[in-house]
Amino acid sequence: MIPAKFDYIKASSVSEAVNLLDKHGFDAKILSGGQSLLPAMKLRLNRPEIVIDINGIAGMNTIEETGDGVIIGANCTHTQILNSEVVYKNLNILHRTVQTLGDVQVRNRGTIGGSLAHADPSADYPAVVLACEANIEVEGKNGKRTIAATDFFEGIFTTALADDEIIIAVHFPKVAHGNYQKFYQSASRFAIVGVAVVHDGNAVRVGITGVSDTPYRATEVEKAYNGNSDAAEHAVDGVEVMSDHFADTEYRSHLTKVMVKRALEA
Amino acid sequence: MNVTITVNGKAHTHDIEPRTSLVQYLRETLDLTGTHIGCDTSGCGACTVTLNGEAIKSCTMLAVQADGSEVTTIEGMAQNGEMHPIQAAFKEKHGLQCGFCTPGMVMVAADILKNYPKPSEDDIRHGLKGNFCRCTGYHNIVKSIQLAAETINE
Ligand SMILES: Cc1cc2nc3c(=O)[nH]c(=O)nc-3n(C[C@H](O)[C@H](O)[C@H](O)COP(=O)(O)OP(=O)(O)OC[C@H]3O[C@@H](n4cnc5c(N)ncnc54)[C@H](O)[C@@H]3O)c2cc1C
Ligand code: FES
Ligand code: FES
Repeated sequence: MIPAKFDYIKASSVSEAVNLLDKHGFDAKILSGGQSLLPAMKLRLNRPEIVIDINGIAGMNTIEETGDGVIIGANCTHTQILNSEVVYKNLNILHRTVQTLGDVQVRNRGTIGGSLAHADPSADYPAVVLACEANIEVEGKNGKRTIAATDFFEGIFTTALADDEIIIAVHFPKVAHGNYQKFYQSASRFAIVGVAVVHDGNAVRVGITGVSDTPYRATEVEKAYNGNSDAAEHAVDGVEVMSDHFADTEYRSHLTKVMVKRALEA
Repeated sequence: MNVTITVNGKAHTHDIEPRTSLVQYLRETLDLTGTHIGCDTSGCGACTVTLNGEAIKSCTMLAVQADGSEVTTIEGMAQNGEMHPIQAAFKEKHGLQCGFCTPGMVMVAADILKNYPKPSEDDIRHGLKGNFCRCTGYHNIVKSIQLAAETINE
């Protein structure tokens, strides 16, 4: 399988990549790990005329500890995050999440920025960025801005990124007490249900992926919680639950409540 | 586009189309057909090679992206006519039947053993998540990698 013809440009700076995106619009695609984009191009589901490789841009693949947070460059691979001491110590929930993601080879190439931009409804990171209240730093032709995780995901493969914007980094707060529970789709190992829980004193924040077109914060669970994991009963309140041949709506709804309960009790 | 890629220790320079995948370059331009293509879309691991020491699926990387990198394929594992300990272990433990998945299995095993010099069975099984074998049922592949770890550590 061979993709349709395209021109390949290796961008050496964020502004170069942004200018190319601005100039070519829909005809251009950013390439980071390629783990989602390249198969789609081979299947001709995607046929960009210009592919802008951002892997060589300096400063986009570092993990930095700040006073109360961790900043992860968009081009950091899943493996880099998995092996990071800083992440292990200050953001263990993310370490635990990446352990469940894909396989060795996919983790060695795929990036956090690519996964967030791709916004696969079954991807793992979305649940975690929601529960952690991470901020996504993006840059476009009008400069930089920060998008709160809660405002980032807009639908299936759809985000708040403008056409000329790329993700630069993800800003996480340090998280002392949190965990990620995943129910695997048995062939692809993506999440049928993925639940991230962050404890903050007596309160919790719950992020859920795989269940709806758009990953979401389970606000009804958060409101009801008060130390009692029975709050998991509210995991799909007001949510339009997906149905596919792996899990229909009834089963997926049940599974979500079970996984939320496990995550609250973990 | 002109690219220079070091494959199994030897630098190659070629003018290639950007849409050429790394596996296509290895098989069709360099004639290194030991790296197999199964699914061609990142699912099966048959095309696994190492890029700067890390296992990757060479169907899901453009050859132009490997410009300036070091790639090792199954052909680069044996040295001076001697099988690599991982290859020898696959032979000893019957880690293959038809052999289609084997080049990918050996290359991912190299990555597993780099990160887990003394792997548990679990480390090995998790490490093989991206590689499919339609013949062996995996048990002998796991045993092969366990033996390879012992031989390398000796
Ligand atoms: C076999 C397999 C198993 C997998 N299993 C899982 C799993 O269990 N859980 C999971 O979450 N994911 C899984 N994935 C997906 C994997 O995490 C991908 O790495 C990820 O979805 C895409 O990241 P990438 O860096 O490869 O992006 P690419 O494929 O390069 O790009 C994806 C999309 O994002 C855009 N893009 C990339 N980078 C940026 C940026 N910085 N700014 C703006 N736009 C950008 C591209 O234009 C493209 O549209 C799996 C993939 C495979 C092949
Ligand atoms: S051929 Fe590359 S993963 Fe299947
Ligand atoms: S030995 Fe036949 S596919 Fe693995």
